[in-house]
Amino acid sequence: MTSAKHEWRTYALLVPIVLFSSTGNVLLGKGMKQIGAVRAWSIAALGTLFLKTFTNIWVWLGIGGLLLFLVSFMVALSWADYSFVMPVSAASYALATLMSHWALGELVTPQRWLGVALICLGVALVTRTPASSRGIE
Amino acid sequence: MRTALCLAIAVLGTSGGEVAVSHAMKRIGELRSFALRSLLGFLRRAIAEKWFWLGIALLALSFFSLLALLSWEDVSFVIPATALTYVTGALAAKWFLGENLSPWRWAGILLVATGVALVSLS
Repeated sequence: MTSAKHEWRTYALLVPIVLFSSTGNVLLGKGMKQIGAVRAWSIAALGTLFLKTFTNIWVWLGIGGLLLFLVSFMVALSWADYSFVMPVSAASYALATLMSHWALGELVTPQRWLGVALICLGVALVTRTPASSRGIE
Repeated sequence: MRTALCLAIAVLGTSGGEVAVSHAMKRIGELRSFALRSLLGFLRRAIAEKWFWLGIALLALSFFSLLALLSWEDVSFVIPATALTYVTGALAAKWFLGENLSPWRWAGILLVATGVALVSLS
């Protein structure tokens, strides 16, 4: 397999990694917000919490998204460097921030926007390096 | 003290877990086709790999340590602090997986870690 094809395949997999991890987290967050903050730690309260959590459709959609993330992460790691996939998948933080701003109407502070910008810059730098360092040695 | 201990378990557990999963994936070899049969075979080989389960166990340990930490520390301290996993993960990739980290990759990783810390600070 040519290295150009390798690179193409890695980038193609980064899309589901970033997309599934951010949507999974946003959906899980939506489900947990519906359930509400945990206030009591008694067995009965934890039982109710457990029941509420696992009967919430958003929680299941979130878990489904995160499982799909795990599979795409594993497939990418089968040929790409961990030190490549790990920072690049942090683009999901930037995407989750944008989604929570647009879809959930959360307020994003200037400091968080600065964080999003640094993540994008960092991801851009990492993607300039070859996805797998084994091929060049 | 217990905060430092739980944070160390959370950070090192995530890096250790992901490095173990990464090692398992390199051992089973790359996925060559995205056909369903080949994907299922890949997943079957993955779950037969002990490094994979070691990784999942470390990730679970890290997750529960994080939950425990969140029960007494502020989210605005805990989550930005876990951005350290980008640095420990990069070091683990170099030491344990023998990956070659160029200065560009290091610069990108440090920017990402700072960015993640800023995004999660509230």
